[in-house]
Amino acid sequence: MSNELNHILAAAAKGKISRREFVGRAGAMGVSAAMAGSMLATAARAEGPVKGGVIRAGIQGGQSTDSLDPALATADVAFMNNLTWGEGLVEVGSDGTLGMRLAEEVSSNADATQWMFKIRKGVEYHNGATVTADDVVATLKRHTDDNSKSGAQGIVKGIADMKADGDMVTLTLSSANADLPFLISDYHLIIQPGGGVDNPAAGIGAGPYKITANEAGVRTAFEKHANYWDDSRGHADQVEVLTINDNTARTAAIQSGQIQMMSRVDPKIAELLAGSSDVVIEKAAGPGHYVFIMECNKAPFDNNDLRMALKLAVNRQELVDKILGGMGSVGNDFPINASYPLFDDSIPQRVYDPVKAAEYYKKSGHDGSPLILQVAPAAFPGAVEAAQLFQASANAAGIPLQVKLEPDDGYWSNVWNVAPFCASYWGGRPVQDQMYSTAYLSTADWNDTKFVDKHFDEVLIAARGELDQTKRKAEYSELANIVRDTGGLICPMFNDFVEGRRAELGGWVANPAGSMMNGKALSLCWLNA
Amino acid sequence: MHPILKLVVQRIALGLLLLLAVSFVLFLGVQMLPGDTAQAILGQSATPLALTNLRHELGLDQPALVRYFTWLGHALQGDLGKALTNGQDISQDIRQRFGNTLFLASSAGVIAVPLAITLGLIAARYNGRWPDKLISGITLATISLPEFVAAYFVIYLLTQVVHLFQPVSMVFPGMSFWQRLQAISLPVIVLVMVVLAHMMRMTRAAILNVMQSAYIETAELKGLTPMQVIWSHALPNAIAPIITVVVINLAYLVVGVVVVEVVFSYNALGQYLVDHVAKRDLPVVQAVGIIFAAVYIGLNILADVIGIVANPRLRHPK
Amino acid sequence: MRVPISAMVGIVMTSAFVLAALLAQWIAPYSITDAVGKVWENPSSQFWLGTDTIGRDILSRLIYGGQITIFVALVSSLLSFSMGAFFGFLAAVRGGWVDIFLSRVVDLMMAVPSLIVALVVLSVLPLNLVVLILVMGILDSTRVFRLSRAVAADIAVMDYVEAAKLRGEKQSWIIFREILPNALSPLVAEFGMRFIFAVLFISTLSFLGLGIQPPLADWGGMVRENKDGLVYGKAAALMPALAIAMLAISVNLVADWVLSRTTSLKGGRGG
Repeated sequence: MSNELNHILAAAAKGKISRREFVGRAGAMGVSAAMAGSMLATAARAEGPVKGGVIRAGIQGGQSTDSLDPALATADVAFMNNLTWGEGLVEVGSDGTLGMRLAEEVSSNADATQWMFKIRKGVEYHNGATVTADDVVATLKRHTDDNSKSGAQGIVKGIADMKADGDMVTLTLSSANADLPFLISDYHLIIQPGGGVDNPAAGIGAGPYKITANEAGVRTAFEKHANYWDDSRGHADQVEVLTINDNTARTAAIQSGQIQMMSRVDPKIAELLAGSSDVVIEKAAGPGHYVFIMECNKAPFDNNDLRMALKLAVNRQELVDKILGGMGSVGNDFPINASYPLFDDSIPQRVYDPVKAAEYYKKSGHDGSPLILQVAPAAFPGAVEAAQLFQASANAAGIPLQVKLEPDDGYWSNVWNVAPFCASYWGGRPVQDQMYSTAYLSTADWNDTKFVDKHFDEVLIAARGELDQTKRKAEYSELANIVRDTGGLICPMFNDFVEGRRAELGGWVANPAGSMMNGKALSLCWLNA
Repeated sequence: MHPILKLVVQRIALGLLLLLAVSFVLFLGVQMLPGDTAQAILGQSATPLALTNLRHELGLDQPALVRYFTWLGHALQGDLGKALTNGQDISQDIRQRFGNTLFLASSAGVIAVPLAITLGLIAARYNGRWPDKLISGITLATISLPEFVAAYFVIYLLTQVVHLFQPVSMVFPGMSFWQRLQAISLPVIVLVMVVLAHMMRMTRAAILNVMQSAYIETAELKGLTPMQVIWSHALPNAIAPIITVVVINLAYLVVGVVVVEVVFSYNALGQYLVDHVAKRDLPVVQAVGIIFAAVYIGLNILADVIGIVANPRLRHPK
Repeated sequence: MRVPISAMVGIVMTSAFVLAALLAQWIAPYSITDAVGKVWENPSSQFWLGTDTIGRDILSRLIYGGQITIFVALVSSLLSFSMGAFFGFLAAVRGGWVDIFLSRVVDLMMAVPSLIVALVVLSVLPLNLVVLILVMGILDSTRVFRLSRAVAADIAVMDYVEAAKLRGEKQSWIIFREILPNALSPLVAEFGMRFIFAVLFISTLSFLGLGIQPPLADWGGMVRENKDGLVYGKAAALMPALAIAMLAISVNLVADWVLSRTTSLKGGRGG
């Protein structure tokens, strides 16, 4: 590398010259813009985090009905907010391993029926109180009790007993679960003073930033929590979460520098956006998937030949290309992909096969009346278009699929889990057990395909307590094959998290476990001046 | 009592009764929608037990009429209650958001109404000639764009091509008047584009309609310039239809701009109402619905009064 | 009768739109369902107006979409006009309790947010074109009512109307022979506007789930489907937007012409 290039690279990394200027001058020396950009990113990382400044995030998915109560968080804005002011016991890191936060150490007994969390000492909440093991138990109890409205209720349900002793929290499970710490990393389980029983929506936690202003569905402003325990997080003096629900406005805001990071870049325009040298597109192949679900207990979908016909009649690659703009991967009709530990990649990929689909359709003896696929824009981004592509490919195979557009309003209460055949979305879970237990176990609350298979249930429970990884992998492979070949799930695609950040934002490491660096982007990133 | 004053008093009294009717219609309407707040809050995680618990906590297990009259009793004493969804104080939220709504609507109205009427007068003055055609063509083109297209167009032009404004318009406490004004520049531009054509074309048509009358001819024979004739003789006689359309558009600026609010992330009442309708949050829907209704009723009274005042024959009925 | 050039342009363009819609089956180059190209292709000799968000031919979709757009917008604006104008005139001519009753009912209808009306309709009535047209026509007729009542109130106190009343003419005679001709100009201008609003309103209602079912789409809905590429120079959303604008301008050119005919009909000068 020439001396001069080195010189301007160092200057740019320290923020003495702008990125634009660096790219321009490097270009004059024959270095391509992309190359210059990646050189600068490496150099900037080597410079280390820069303290200070204000970072703003533009996030989709907030309403004026949102609450700061972590139990009620469902959409992205609440998720991001809660993980900025709050902190849990553990987190799933960018490499898929467990990171210690308010817990210092996690251990279990030999058969994974009892789990011990050692709580970090001297961690302070925003109100000056200290995080105790009692708070942890009170928090978990609030989410688990029968009156709870918590989205994490199903996760903590399997805990038979919890007790605090000094700085130790001991959880005793009703049946073995080797994945418990991953479940405890759930974003609802933010530790609050006194468990948040008195005022769940106070927004007081032990996270790196404390709330200074909050207008639901508009903007939440934070300032650095002065006594935060971890120096490696919380670099900016202030951060803000802005609710920007409109795609175009969000993209325009990052291009004009009004925000420094954004969630959910429309994959169709990601390439166009990346063309501007100020914005970098960050992708992470996560566990989220867009699906069509058939209820296995309702005619005509109670016929596995018909289900198979429909599974063969969807053109997965076309959907990935057109709905995800190529930023995702094809699904294989079970809810797991390579982002999960113990994924079996040897299961053959199902592809669009109109001839075989027609055979199965004929074999099913269906009377030829229209099969109605109910869909709304709310099901997932591009759902209506995806359904129309499915309709076209199925009709080409002689299957009388018809799309019915439903209103967004009430879609999740009136159509999803009610209609026999509809479009839906799953965000995925950190481990396979949790995904299957949430939606495919016969008794699961959210068994939206109404899938009942005794053998499946037995294997799932066995795998949950299995500590031998080879055996466990084989068990999960069996589960995958059962759902793939007999279930009601049509899973054509897994969507990547596609997010944008300003080039001057340092510290971004994509995390497949969740959007916006698993909700921690504001705490982990910094502004290169 | 002066007849017009009497009319206004009578209309306001009727208006209050109407508001009562509106509140009941809204209550019935939301009641008829499938799903309730408990379901909306719990969403996918709704179990029968949790639903029962939450319905009890929110008071949704009481009979509908009891709930309506409890709400009415409190509302009449000025207590709008708390939102069912997130427990926020409704009056406080509404005060802020309604302020934002009025700020945006009046900023757009102050520009759009005089501009539209002026353009309408010019178009009528040069009826059929190029200024008329130019004004008509441009305003028709802007009005036929769906609001969000007009908004994207403005965003593209004024934040990307020319870096003049910011695409996100939210306002919050702590911003000065000028900062707020700057923040809402883009939505104001879009709203002016959207309402201009309707008022302009009605002004033009109403003026042309009275230009055939005998008194206009008299005025022209007196040697007044065409603009003088239009301004002092035609306009006063064409005021009723113009003011009606102006009022319809002002009402739209207050009540109907949710698309523009969403695109520019502007925190006003429209988005607030839509969010709470989706969650079936009745106390909020009632409160916002009544404000919107009062705006319509008030503006309609205003239009009728101006229509009467402007017409001597109506002012002094035989 | 001499037809001015602008009016000719309006008539020719309007008829072209209507004809294209009527002959859709024969002139559309592709079907509306098939993804025949790549996402958001630029206009080419193969796809004259490019392709949409999932690779369907925009021209074909515009031609088919024109059927539903023009039909629904036209019928619903005619409905809102006949209803609104009739009741508006009636209120102005009769006055008294009839006026108070009709006007307050309209106040009430305007005051309830249309989002809630649309959602309630959606939950209790079957979803079809008739319902869509009725909802649009009735909601819009309140605006027409306000306008026609205001215009007619001014006319109703004119000497010639007083004279007609004294002659003992029937109310319908007064409404149709005295008020209507003199109120026509503002109403025709309003019709031109209402038609555009109706075209745009369809897409709002379809978005809520009321009315038009995919793969068919109205023009406003097509704009919505393709809107995300707009800021990045993908012209797909502009094509239906341009179609709406051209339809709007041509319908209003015709309206302007009718308007100038009606003003001259009243026997003023010039003609």
